[in-house]
Amino acid sequence: MAYKRQIDRLPIPPADAKVHNVTCHYCIVGCGYKAYTWPRNKQGTPENNAFGVNLNEQQGAMGTWVNPSMYNIVKQDGKDVHLMVVPDDDCVVNSGLGSIRGARMAENRPSEITLTQQQRLTDPMVWRNGVWQPTSWDDALDLVARVTAKILAEYGEDELLVSMFDHGGSAGGYENTWATGKLYFQSMKVKNCRIHNRPGYNSEVHSSRDMGVGELNYSYSDYEVTDTIFVVGANPMETQTNLFLNHMVPGMQNGAKFIMVDPRRTVTVNAAEEVAGKENVLHLAITPGTDMVLFNALLTHIVDNGWIDKEFIANSTFQGGEAVAEDSGQPAGLGSLDYAMETCRTSLGEAAEICGVSKDDIVKVAEWIAKPHDDGSRRKCVTAYEKGIIWGNDNYRTIGALVNISLATGNIGREGGGCCRLGGHQEGYYRPSDAHVGRPATYFDRHLIRGGGKVYHIWACDHYKTTLNAAEFKRVLKKRADMVKEAMDAAAGGTREELVDAIVAAVNAGGLFVVDMDIIHSQIGQNAHVILPACEANEMNLTSMNGERRLRLSEKYMDPYGQSKPDCLIADGIAQNMERVLNEMGNDEYADQFKGYDWETEEDAFMDGYHQGNPEVTYERLRAMGNNGVQEPVVGYENGKLIGTPRLYADGKFDRHGREDKKALFCAAQWRGYAAEGKAREAANH
Amino acid sequence: MKRCKGMVDVGRRQFLRGGAMATAGAAVAAVAPAQEAKAAPALAQIDYPSNRLANVADLKVNEPVDIEYPDADSPGVLLKLGQSVEGGVGPDGDIVAFSTLCPHKGFNMSYNGEDHTLNCPGHFSRFDVEAGGQQTWGHATSNVPQFTLRVDDKGDIYAEGCSDLIYGRMSNVL
Repeated sequence: MAYKRQIDRLPIPPADAKVHNVTCHYCIVGCGYKAYTWPRNKQGTPENNAFGVNLNEQQGAMGTWVNPSMYNIVKQDGKDVHLMVVPDDDCVVNSGLGSIRGARMAENRPSEITLTQQQRLTDPMVWRNGVWQPTSWDDALDLVARVTAKILAEYGEDELLVSMFDHGGSAGGYENTWATGKLYFQSMKVKNCRIHNRPGYNSEVHSSRDMGVGELNYSYSDYEVTDTIFVVGANPMETQTNLFLNHMVPGMQNGAKFIMVDPRRTVTVNAAEEVAGKENVLHLAITPGTDMVLFNALLTHIVDNGWIDKEFIANSTFQGGEAVAEDSGQPAGLGSLDYAMETCRTSLGEAAEICGVSKDDIVKVAEWIAKPHDDGSRRKCVTAYEKGIIWGNDNYRTIGALVNISLATGNIGREGGGCCRLGGHQEGYYRPSDAHVGRPATYFDRHLIRGGGKVYHIWACDHYKTTLNAAEFKRVLKKRADMVKEAMDAAAGGTREELVDAIVAAVNAGGLFVVDMDIIHSQIGQNAHVILPACEANEMNLTSMNGERRLRLSEKYMDPYGQSKPDCLIADGIAQNMERVLNEMGNDEYADQFKGYDWETEEDAFMDGYHQGNPEVTYERLRAMGNNGVQEPVVGYENGKLIGTPRLYADGKFDRHGREDKKALFCAAQWRGYAAEGKAREAANH
Repeated sequence: MKRCKGMVDVGRRQFLRGGAMATAGAAVAAVAPAQEAKAAPALAQIDYPSNRLANVADLKVNEPVDIEYPDADSPGVLLKLGQSVEGGVGPDGDIVAFSTLCPHKGFNMSYNGEDHTLNCPGHFSRFDVEAGGQQTWGHATSNVPQFTLRVDDKGDIYAEGCSDLIYGRMSNVL
């Protein structure tokens, strides 16, 4: 039986309610919302209210309405206030649409009045006498710093393991990625680290970057003016909802055809058929893991029919054969189109056989992507992909094979084009160089499972739920962490020095000292020794960019819950304590590496990091740009507005690979079957 | 793309295109409110009018009846499902009524007689009328509001309340 809220009215925000810009932190699309807050004892009237509409009347479709999920009572400056977080009609990203994620932002805030999100962490906790005891920041950070500093000073920075988010949206943002990056890549040079969703510190889409093509290169508006939308291994109706509803649907209404490559029929395919008509939608239910073969056959058919963009290829892509050779750290050669075709060439028959789709359908897809219009003008095609191939078979080459098609047809850097991942979370990456990590990066999980590392800092990651071979990772981490817990229990009642010595002895015997930064007591947090409570977006100001590189400031409208703090200020606290403790240990030179953390607010962290590399961008200017923000890179500031860049590579110069010639490279994406051991057997048994 | 108004037209077009799927029941009767709806001072819930919607004898299994409740600006649907459901009234325990304004963005939903769901033409959300208006797929952050029904000795069906906030209102009774 359905859940009934039994709520049949809501308070009305008064005309003088405070209004805050909010970018939804849940997914990469980053829909705009407005947060209204007002005192507990005030209310508006149907005729006079913050929405400026007559609430005595039934509002029409797409009109102003507040679902009870958009309402809560939260703390602001220590006082209880009403909160409404409502989709913003004037934001170009979502045009007033809400999703099942963003439309619940208000009720997903911690509240002592409505008792929502009571699982949020309120206080730093330290393992003491067999339980986690709430304590002060000073006490918790002192222990973290004493253990970490002692291990690093004696055994080196390779003994510090770090798992850290690298994204925008909640937890991350330019403030928090900068702070953690400064701590681990500038003050230290930590190489045994990983990102929240993958067991190494590396890109998910190396090949696109190595080819010169950053993976977020278009504007969402490109979907509205294109001829064909080509989606691979993604389900945008569910996972980038308002990108689909507010940009792909209008594109189809404007006549675009829709291609989906996915082993399963999804609601996205169904909705596309509803909007565009079945005759304008093609779903290729491909055999899992064989996408590269399909892309190679498409490229071959396009090249053989001359549907390539010769001028673009001549001016913007590499011409001299092989540019980068395949080797142990380079999963495929890169070079000119001709060079790539030597290994990519695939017949329709081969592809039909391997991919389990018909030759006719492959031809139709190639025509929809690249066959010129009857008047001879070129077709425009937006290509979008996500985890279906990013975490799929032989992903370097597979993504390379897909980018090949966009490059060959001149569909990058132009209106109605683009070759982009759809993304999960927003981005907010600004860190010192990670070059010292090396390539290939440490296979972090294996390193930890094999006993590597003595201290482990975890930032908003829960690998117990998400990593590869999570069961083994959990088993080993728990065993190693329990050794330290037992040592801490045995040292109960002693001095701080005795406790630190006990911990160091335990990690030298194979244990691991675990510090967990999170907003809740997570599963991996069960095996932590110190837990530090972080706050979320809107409990702090937070900047990030969405899937079309739209940078916004999502404003603080409530207090951090309990004693929780922005991650950037937690990193700041760790650094300051490291400096103090190292000085006490007489290691002044090392201590000095932890100078430069005197931030009082998240804005200070933003100015110390992102602003240094992007001097036009400040909180004040972003606040003025509202929920439409500015698309990165920001290239200027004129007449009170930041000037952005609607799409990358509009000048035909590709630089993501760092090559001086600024020429894009094609990928020699030779099919080699299932690349991972056991996959072929798994597929055969399926 | 300024706003999503275009979806209204798409919705209508798709409604026709997908007509075979949606058993769009003819409106048997659009019943005017029997008494004036009015807002009341602060109560646990607001005061609802008791409006006669139809008589049990008027209803046929799986043929939706258009209704308006608690006032003429709030469209809904009255259904006899043919099998007893939780919250159902009448001799067979199978009569239910719901708002038809989608609690996502307020598009007027149609009844799909094949799988007993309310379907939104705007953004494809679906709600199960056999499970109290449970959203089975979609974008809304609440289930579709269900009207509280009472059947009197004569078989007259009255609506007297509502489980959730109706789209487009800050109070169910304006």
